Amino acid sequence: MVEIERGILAKNDAYAARNRTRLNAGGIVSLNLLAGPGAGKTTLLVETLRALGGRVPAAVIEGDQQTANDAERIRATGTPAVQINTGKGCHLDAHLVGHALDELPLPPGGVLFIENVGNLVCPAAFDLGEDMRVTLLSVTEGEDKPLKYPDIFETADLVLLTKTDLLPYLDVDVDAIERNIARINPVASILHVCAKGPNGLAGWLDWLGEVRRRRLDRLAADSESRAQALRAAAEALP
Amino acid sequence: MHEMALCESLLDSLRDAARAHGFAKVTKVRLVVGPFAGVEVEALRFGFDVVMRGSLAEDARLEILDEPGTAWCFDCNETVGLPDRLSPCPACGGERLRPNGGTDMRIKDLEVM
Repeated sequence: MVEIERGILAKNDAYAARNRTRLNAGGIVSLNLLAGPGAGKTTLLVETLRALGGRVPAAVIEGDQQTANDAERIRATGTPAVQINTGKGCHLDAHLVGHALDELPLPPGGVLFIENVGNLVCPAAFDLGEDMRVTLLSVTEGEDKPLKYPDIFETADLVLLTKTDLLPYLDVDVDAIERNIARINPVASILHVCAKGPNGLAGWLDWLGEVRRRRLDRLAADSESRAQALRAAAEALP
Repeated sequence: MHEMALCESLLDSLRDAARAHGFAKVTKVRLVVGPFAGVEVEALRFGFDVVMRGSLAEDARLEILDEPGTAWCFDCNETVGLPDRLSPCPACGGERLRPNGGTDMRIKDLEVM
């Protein structure tokens, strides 16, 4: 009998920790975007990158089973992107993301968006080393998706309700969607977005700016305390 | 169907353990899978048989141990037992709950030769 007491995903978690250390050391803010296929992840990214207009350095890792279509859509905005094709795989893992990072140099203050494979189930289990998880749900998907697929909502820091411009044409109860999200994850923020038309991304862009500023403040404070410790250590001996 | 990927990760861990503990064959694997670990046990069993074929754990028995589910209740401000993800809090009937136990999937121990 051999005692193991080790998480089944220990290997993934070790790669994720390595990615996190590397991203933090580089001063990069990273987001893992999760949703079912067709919720509007790529469209949101394309419009977000256009709105940022190159004022914030950004890069994108695109995960899909097949095709490089999404990376091409991102590159058309002038943003560097790496496409990961998972083949039969239904999710990105931290090892794949680590390799993609090699191809995406970002300066400090850069934002890395990781668009996970469109899937409301499997990607939830795999830490990629990201700072924040953002789950998208389009208003056409129905009120009870958070109850049917709790894992992907439970681990989200932010839930974006997308395609809200379609609401006038739908029999959907937005309050019920929000109640169901809050029931699965009482601490997640919820924002409405619409990638078409003016100001549809305002709340999301504010959130992004705030997260980036807080994250960079925190990394800067950590660096300062490390610098102080090193100076104090240097002066300890003549 | 990420259970296949879980089984591949499990096989990696078995190979690591074989190197560390010096064994050549695994005859039984005991896993702890909590009710909120996001794992479909039947799919995991299927994936286990497929992935272990031809490996050091071919024909190994897979035993899955339960773990009680618990959640933080935002109304009681404490941890409560939770049998099912969509059950209300057994203490106050509230629905603002976040699982904090039974979310794990881990290898407990192995029988080896």
